[in-house]
Amino acid sequence: MALLNDIPWFLIAASVAKTLFLIFLVVLPLVSYTVYAERRVSALIQDRLGPNRTGFPISLFGFKKDLQLVLGGLGQPIADAVKFLLKEDFTPGHVNKVYFWMAPVLAMVPALSTLAVLPFGNYMFGQKMVVADVNVGILYVFAIASIGVYGIVLAGWSSNSKYPFLGGIRASSQMISYELSLGLSAVPVLMILGNLNLSDAIDYQVKNGWLLLPFTDGNLTLRELLLWVPVLISFIVFSISMFAETNRLPFDLPESETELVAGYHTEYSSMKFALFFLGEYAAMIAGSSVITVLFLGGWHIPFLPVNTLESSMTAPGAVLGLVHITAFFAKVAVLLGIFIWVRWTLPRFRFDQLMKLGWLYLFEIALVNIFITAAILALVR
Amino acid sequence: MAHTTQPFEQPDALAKTEVGLQKLASGSLATAGALSPDLLGEKLVLNMGPSHPATHGVLRLVLEMDGELITKATPDLGYLHRGDEKIAENMTYNQFVPYTDRLDYLAPLANNVAYAMAVEKLMGWELPPRGQAIRVICCELARISSHLLGLGAFAMDTGALTVFMYTFTEREKIYNLCEVISGARFTTSYTRIGGMTRDLPEAFFPMVRKFLEEFPPSLDEVDGLLSRNRIFVDRTKDVGCISKEDAISFGISGPNLRGSGVDHDLRKRHPYLGYEQYDFDIPVGSAGDCYDRYLCRVEEMRQSVHILRQALDKLPSGPITVSDPKNLPPAKTSVMTKMEELIHHFILHTEGLKAPPGEVYFGAENPKGELGFYIQSKGGGVPHRLKIRAPSFVNLSILPKLLPGHFMSDVVAILGSLDFVMGECDR
Repeated sequence: MALLNDIPWFLIAASVAKTLFLIFLVVLPLVSYTVYAERRVSALIQDRLGPNRTGFPISLFGFKKDLQLVLGGLGQPIADAVKFLLKEDFTPGHVNKVYFWMAPVLAMVPALSTLAVLPFGNYMFGQKMVVADVNVGILYVFAIASIGVYGIVLAGWSSNSKYPFLGGIRASSQMISYELSLGLSAVPVLMILGNLNLSDAIDYQVKNGWLLLPFTDGNLTLRELLLWVPVLISFIVFSISMFAETNRLPFDLPESETELVAGYHTEYSSMKFALFFLGEYAAMIAGSSVITVLFLGGWHIPFLPVNTLESSMTAPGAVLGLVHITAFFAKVAVLLGIFIWVRWTLPRFRFDQLMKLGWLYLFEIALVNIFITAAILALVR
Repeated sequence: MAHTTQPFEQPDALAKTEVGLQKLASGSLATAGALSPDLLGEKLVLNMGPSHPATHGVLRLVLEMDGELITKATPDLGYLHRGDEKIAENMTYNQFVPYTDRLDYLAPLANNVAYAMAVEKLMGWELPPRGQAIRVICCELARISSHLLGLGAFAMDTGALTVFMYTFTEREKIYNLCEVISGARFTTSYTRIGGMTRDLPEAFFPMVRKFLEEFPPSLDEVDGLLSRNRIFVDRTKDVGCISKEDAISFGISGPNLRGSGVDHDLRKRHPYLGYEQYDFDIPVGSAGDCYDRYLCRVEEMRQSVHILRQALDKLPSGPITVSDPKNLPPAKTSVMTKMEELIHHFILHTEGLKAPPGEVYFGAENPKGELGFYIQSKGGGVPHRLKIRAPSFVNLSILPKLLPGHFMSDVVAILGSLDFVMGECDR
């Protein structure tokens, strides 16, 4: 098997297969069903029902009845997608067409590209379940994720209209200031791991317990217990920054529908709007995945055997690989649930309060946290 | 502005120049006047409304902004003007009742009562105790309904979308009560000059008791979601402060006035409908900011529940209409069987009641503030002139003074906290 991996075409084919599997079979359905989950969960929070009717139109294929009520509206994302595709794709006359068309792409693509370096499972069929197992993993994530802001800024700018413009300005300053605390809060974790590779990050957590829950390896040392404090602070700062980075309430200022109508995507319609819309959810998934990898042990399930390169070729090994992938996305789903829960509970920050929170609190906390971690790492063996 | 925010070609030739942009913004506005001088082109003129999610209807604000900071705000009203006051001159007093539904359409019951009270004052009538108590019940239900929407919309403006749904669930129950009372959920038209269309039905009492059981816990939940929520407090505290002096000199009324610390409630100051018999408190704020206005509304709802309980407990029996057979329609049964009553019915509904000549003003403490009707009568069944003192209109008059110096995000919070209804404002 190891020999097969050395053949270039096999490597390329495997990467393409993994990308297709990840993007088309996992992430895109996950994105559209996150939208569905958002609508149903928000309805649950608000004492409503939400979209619970749409089934699959199997009557088109000769069946007598559509699968409807039994599915509780699971056909809704498909209906939404079809609706978006059939809407008139209108480009207003006053926009800058090049940037106007580029913006939705720039909003969607970085969110999906981030997933390339995230290990979403352990070995399966002798393959590591990560598209690109690069050494600079987390740096790549930050680099690509920060491109996402250009989509929003360009959308606001090129729309040549006042509300989108205000949204674009807000987005740029917001995302730049939160990028800083996002990066800084990840530093303690990287110091503990001593490595930027995300696969190694998970290997470390398999051996020593998840960073956020250090007891998952069965034993708890003093060092782990002490490190748990800065890790928890990191986790909180990182999560808050991730909310700001993905423009979710309470940080949805670029969009803030009650102030800026629809913010940066006011002038967009049809699939271009849908790309922004889905891009936000893709960014949420990417963000949740990063949190899962850094803090929650990635695909690891405590007290369950871990399949290795050799065992993954056998049938039980392959099943275990699938279980690991499921575990990863289950953790992501839980985090997405928290994203949704927060959105429908909290009010929205004001612009200056948001900047203050970012620069005066989160930035300092993250900075001090680095020194605490360094001290613990140096003093406690 | 032309250099910083409009890098691409404008299709409209007029908008290409600085002057053109300002003209565009202010051209249709006789009231806007000239914008403040902006030689560097740093300012952005933003047209907020008339169709904007935060302006609750058709209020249009022309905001002049320096970045996110408001430097000048000019409200533009009248998009919902229907000429209600002129319409009133062309119909009998009773025919105008449905028009009052459409003033503050969140509290139609209270509007009906205020209007009927004004005309009754002209007629020199006083309602029997049961009629008064029923009107108190109507007014307080309307107050809760209106404050619930004001609260929910305010929370929604600050981004807390869920609260809106919670308050709407409760409002739905009030709509059900309205339906039982008057047959209509929204446009109730419940009062007539000198009484009500009908007595409260039996089915109403268990329903309203159930509502009074369910409502306070639900209000506490909303209270718990917002009052101590750090983000909400940050968004509303020290935002949109109206000083006591300003509040009085701009003629602000209702919870907005009391939020500024002025202890003025017409139900206490000039009791009508026997409000002096009920035990209730008037919540008064101190700072006059958005948060105080919010707290005032929450507490007023609690007090309304208190009043409702008392009114239901000691609801007197007896007639609900005044006793003036000359000016009130006879019973339907006798209209169908007796000639004189038929004639009387016909005369009354074509010519209207025989109001004496004179001028009256009656102001009622409506949910939004003091809703006043000024009636000038030259005798007969039609008012010569009817002026509506709409609290929303007066409350909005402070916007040009209040908004400058605040952020764009504060504008929506302030608008939400002022809790206005354009149907009443533009009438």
